[in-house]
Amino acid sequence: MEIHRLEKIWIAVSLVFIVALIASIVYGVAGIGVGTIGDTGQQLDPNGLEDTRFADPGGHWVDDDHYVVNVVARQFLFQPGTQEPIMVPANTTVTFYVTSPDVVHGFDVVGTQLNAMVIPGQETKLTTEFDEPKSYGIICHEYCGAGHQSMAGQLVVVPADEIPKNASAASGNATTTNASASADVANASAQASVATPEVSA
Amino acid sequence: MTYVDDFPGEARVVRTALAIAFASIGLGGALGVLQALYRTGYDRSLFSAVDYYSILTAHGVLMALVFTTFFIVGLFAWGVTRSLDTGLRDLRFTWGWLGLMTLGTVLAFVSVLGGIVGWIPTHAAVLYTFYAPLEASPTFYLGLALLIVGSWGAGVDYVLALRDWRADNPDERIPLQTFMAVATMLLWFVCTLGVAVEVVVFLLPWSLGLIPRVDPLLTRTLFWYFGHAVVYFWLLPAYFVWYTIFPKLSGGRLFSDPLARVVFVLFLVLSTPVGVHHQYGDPGLSQGLKFVQMTSTYFILLPSLLTAFTVVASMEHGARQRGGEGRFGWLRALPWEKPSFSGIALAGLAFAASGFGGMVNAGLNVNALVHNTMWVPGHFHLTVGTAVALTFMAITYWLLPQLSGKRLRLRTLAAVQPYLWFVGMVFMSNAMHRVGLAGVPRRTSEPQYEQVLFNTPIATMGELHLQTVGGALLLFVSLLCFLAVVVSTWLGDRGAEPIAVSGHIPEALSGPEHSPRILDDFRVWVALTLLLLLIAYGPPLAAMVQNGLFAPGSAPIPA
Repeated sequence: MEIHRLEKIWIAVSLVFIVALIASIVYGVAGIGVGTIGDTGQQLDPNGLEDTRFADPGGHWVDDDHYVVNVVARQFLFQPGTQEPIMVPANTTVTFYVTSPDVVHGFDVVGTQLNAMVIPGQETKLTTEFDEPKSYGIICHEYCGAGHQSMAGQLVVVPADEIPKNASAASGNATTTNASASADVANASAQASVATPEVSA
Repeated sequence: MTYVDDFPGEARVVRTALAIAFASIGLGGALGVLQALYRTGYDRSLFSAVDYYSILTAHGVLMALVFTTFFIVGLFAWGVTRSLDTGLRDLRFTWGWLGLMTLGTVLAFVSVLGGIVGWIPTHAAVLYTFYAPLEASPTFYLGLALLIVGSWGAGVDYVLALRDWRADNPDERIPLQTFMAVATMLLWFVCTLGVAVEVVVFLLPWSLGLIPRVDPLLTRTLFWYFGHAVVYFWLLPAYFVWYTIFPKLSGGRLFSDPLARVVFVLFLVLSTPVGVHHQYGDPGLSQGLKFVQMTSTYFILLPSLLTAFTVVASMEHGARQRGGEGRFGWLRALPWEKPSFSGIALAGLAFAASGFGGMVNAGLNVNALVHNTMWVPGHFHLTVGTAVALTFMAITYWLLPQLSGKRLRLRTLAAVQPYLWFVGMVFMSNAMHRVGLAGVPRRTSEPQYEQVLFNTPIATMGELHLQTVGGALLLFVSLLCFLAVVVSTWLGDRGAEPIAVSGHIPEALSGPEHSPRILDDFRVWVALTLLLLLIAYGPPLAAMVQNGLFAPGSAPIPA
């Protein structure tokens, strides 16, 4: 088959370009550690969340430098997140587990790389670390029904020592720290610099 | 002799398919303007925030599924019969599948309309991705199924015509247009299998109450098995025009027939095992699977990069035949005043720009910056909304006279129409990309939240909203120009004037005789496609159904 010389050069350049694109992603995943959502291997019955980690949504310490938040996204709010902000410690590994008892939702922390789907029967796991106290908005970015446009919430990063280390209480700490933390929200959001948390799974 | 004289029956089929396509783009376009006005807050008096989703569903279905599919089956019916110089086997069969597609379209559209119009007892505000467990009326799923099954009939029709031709011409190479049409329809058969199983096995019986639950992850994975390949089903007919007709419109002829065949074979083989790149943000799918499908996604850039070369090379060849000179000076020698040429050239330019956006979308981790933001509809309004739609409109100016025997009318309007579309889309799509980067979500009627301040770089949100609305209005004016030209031409007298276009397409500079014959053996390529699919989709689908087809399951939640 006859291929024009210029076209051969173009094909070669194209292939190098494609391989370079893939290499840049590999570097991002393996070198910097920025991946995407994976499979936790855990499935659940959307109608039976009371038997799972989502029975009592909220945050808790699992050890000194790891904080876990279980979030339920449902038509049309995040629990916690909408009626009360999600409080997480700065400079600490934070893992979010998110699921839905009804339809497909989105979980997008605007201005960060925390951006994932929430699917009934599955748990979405996002791990990150926030550099500094700051307040973020959370949006459901997958159409989920008539009230979709109102589904949003708030994530507040506070200094780690402001979140009590009562590891046993899965519930409660988000609400007990609420009063003191909301004072920091004003301070935090006044800071101009943008933290860019990394997602890895 | 023009096409309509040679094949009056087939010409009638093509005209009918095109008429339905144009009715859908007209209606869908009007709905698009309403959405732009609503989202940006310019006008929210005409309907409610909830009705927005029915309107968005109708816009998506009419533009992405109805306009494209009807235009494509018409275009290919023309291309196959013209290039084989033989009619379709039995026009009753042809009218049968076209009727089925039309019935399905009406059923699906009326189902969506029921969400807004009180006396129609249906609802289907599920958007054109219809993710379970949001549930539409059964008639919506049935309509979509009929549309797809009808389009399968089109594929069968082309393959039968090829077989008839083959019997008479056993040693000849398949004419390029037929080769491309058949390759595209084979791709369509392979990819629609996913959505057909999703709709017929799961969603339709579930919406009828015959099965209580479906697995949301499984059904959306089946959707995306179809959902990215479908974009190549839209794009390849545009490539068909770019390869086989555009070089002639530029004043020359196609650069290389063999490479055109290679490109279509690459698309057939590679275009389905990439769908998971729409699910990077999904739980329940491993990062390894996502990485594998990302790799094939990036490799499918290759046939598009090859196409970019051919299109530009053919344009330059044509320009030099017309007396163009200089390194870039030849660009001036091209027929920019002819809408069939200018529309395709601008469509190609939009596609080049959107290709770079696509490389961002395809990145496993970079995708998190743009996933489900306005960036994504910004992207596909450049691809399907311009590269494909503008190509289809442009080639209509060339095709319609041959299909009807009537000279194109309102030619000044036709000459400005592609430029209006392009400028409108530059404004609208640019603004959509940029608000998307700031985090503004797609698929939301009122994207304003008290908890969130969107930080748009350079321009303010107000300026970007103005660009969106201004662009949308320009697009709508362009669409009205197009429809005016089509309707006016349609109402003209046949034979009153010479049609002023010739359907003759010159041979390629490098003909098919220089390429290996195996390229024409579709059995080999379909087998390879199925093998790749088994590797790409076998393990994840097997894992999903391990605990039962319907678990973890969700009952319907009416949208």
